[in-house]
Amino acid sequence: MSILINKDTKIITQGITGKTGQFHTEKCQEYANGKNCFVAGVNPKKAGESIFGIPIFGSVKDAAAATGATVSVIYVPPPGAAAAIWEAVEADLDLVVCITEGIPVRDMLVVRNKMLRKEAAGGKKTLLLGPNCPGLITPDEVKIGIMPGHIHRKGRIGVVSRSGTLTYEAVGQLTEIGLGQSSAVGTGGDPINGLKHIDIMRLFNDDPDTDAVVMIGEIGGPDEADAAVWCKANMKKPIVGFIAGVTAPAGKRMGHAGALISGGADTADAKLAIMEECGFTVTRDPSEMGKLIKALI
Amino acid sequence: MKIHEYQGKELLKKFGVVVPRGVFCPSVDDAVKAAETLGGKVWVVKAQIHAGGRGKGGGVKVAKSLDEVRQYASEILGMQLVTHQTGPVGQKVRRLLVEEGADIRKEYYVAALTDRTTQKVAMMASSEGGMDIEKVAHDTPEKILKVFIDPIDGLSDEQAAGLATGIGVPADSVAKAVAALKSLYQCYMETDASLAEINPLILEGNGNIKAIDAKFNFDSNALYRQPEIVAYRDLDEEDPDELEASKFDLSYISLDGNIGCLVNGAGLAMATMDTIKLFGAEPANFLDVGGGATTEKVTEAFQIMLRNPKVKGILVNIFGGIMRCDTIATGVVAAARETHLSVPLVVRMKGTNEDIGKKILSDSGLPIITADSMADAATKIVAAVS
Repeated sequence: MSILINKDTKIITQGITGKTGQFHTEKCQEYANGKNCFVAGVNPKKAGESIFGIPIFGSVKDAAAATGATVSVIYVPPPGAAAAIWEAVEADLDLVVCITEGIPVRDMLVVRNKMLRKEAAGGKKTLLLGPNCPGLITPDEVKIGIMPGHIHRKGRIGVVSRSGTLTYEAVGQLTEIGLGQSSAVGTGGDPINGLKHIDIMRLFNDDPDTDAVVMIGEIGGPDEADAAVWCKANMKKPIVGFIAGVTAPAGKRMGHAGALISGGADTADAKLAIMEECGFTVTRDPSEMGKLIKALI
Repeated sequence: MKIHEYQGKELLKKFGVVVPRGVFCPSVDDAVKAAETLGGKVWVVKAQIHAGGRGKGGGVKVAKSLDEVRQYASEILGMQLVTHQTGPVGQKVRRLLVEEGADIRKEYYVAALTDRTTQKVAMMASSEGGMDIEKVAHDTPEKILKVFIDPIDGLSDEQAAGLATGIGVPADSVAKAVAALKSLYQCYMETDASLAEINPLILEGNGNIKAIDAKFNFDSNALYRQPEIVAYRDLDEEDPDELEASKFDLSYISLDGNIGCLVNGAGLAMATMDTIKLFGAEPANFLDVGGGATTEKVTEAFQIMLRNPKVKGILVNIFGGIMRCDTIATGVVAAARETHLSVPLVVRMKGTNEDIGKKILSDSGLPIITADSMADAATKIVAAVS
């Protein structure tokens, strides 16, 4: 097993005909069972055509109805990306993975509140991963997103992080020492997003094929602290924790819009302290994440 | 992106918030002329820089005659204003705002910002205006009221009235305060702001509610649809190296240490900086080359890092995914040659085409030190510079 996605997942690609969408769709198709997983693309102007052997539909709803797909991945450019998320939510998909970087925060605020209203009114709950995220992967089964597939290896360690390359760093270490990953998930660097660390930790806790988790965080926001507090009460598996940004000054945005220290509680030191208090094995040396996991299992 | 107070007040006024009459002045003569035109007996001469805390630093003065206006304007214009937000070097004052005096009876604090936890817009208000709000939040958090606004509904009259009465606005002025709060909210949303703060918002003797200061930050992701806001950008207020870097789509922030670092990805870049510190040195910068680095981009990144005289060594840390290590290696070799690199360079590469990348580095004949892990790289660069 794994979390959120596996070899049987059927996926729609929104923005499949754009340069980024094409590039990554090909890589995702090439990875493991990707040929069978990526079943549809969406472009209202190119309905009826196909690309890389994948049929293109005029809307997410049409694509889902025709193929039975339950997940979508979005590469639509920022001005239309929030509308693309909403289209996938209205089509009642299970999971939407939004890779797009640079979506206006106001657009994300509106779409997140529309999603909450839909759920409150009894509508189907669609999970959102991202935006501005690398996506997620279940090694040897399926990869949805922009991570390099070849660094992964099937195994029993879960990885969750906001950032792309820092996730790859953890994955690379695990693969190198002979441990693999059950699933690796990047939640994204934006302040208003969907799934957070706490949600991913819940899923890893319930996944019988995950034995331990590497949880990586960054400065800014309450997500890591919220997850740590939840883990203290509920998590049955060992966790190695790292927070990037000990040297980041307050008030400066470190690349990610979400990586901005605003109050006193969202510094790297504060988050590391909370995680340690909550039973995580924390490290200040990101080169050690893999070794520490190995020592714990 | 940040803007000046006088620009913020233009925006507030456009959305219906009452602000003092004032004139933007680039020179001392303009300041005196502005005071004459405004009339009255009291004027406020205010330094316009992007940092807060200007009053405490001596950048805001109340003048009671035209001579005093001239005196204060000439003192403030051109001064190196140091506040808790500028750093020890301070920021040169190039612009002034001259305003009519206000009849301040009470000072409040109001602000709109995006709340990550609730995923709503938070509007905050406090009876303790005119003070450092972080201090108020720390010492007397109960004096800060908050409402959370669903962006689909907007700020309701009830929410706004609750804030106004909660911070002690007298009954006769509540309707005016509600109007000000609703205008502030509308301004926040329509300009794609990430922070809109009025500190202080004042009650005047005649019962009017007026914004005496204005501080805005804008969501850089939304600037493409906010040409009016982009036109407010003042390049004088921005770090020249950060500005230069942004032209090449590099995310760069200068810091105080002596190890320059070049990394792909924001999270990995912060982790690299932290590792440098962990092994005994301090990073000189944050530099994310992003996903699509070319030789030109890497060369530009080297040039920006080397412009900082404190840099005694460079650490390159690349996790090759979509971006291949051989591309980066070629860029690093070209950049080292073009900049006639004279400080130690440690390169750590992992991922796609790692071996080809390493071979390019060793075949170059340059004294490039290679490393396997981040810890190894940090150890080596720290040893090389000490």
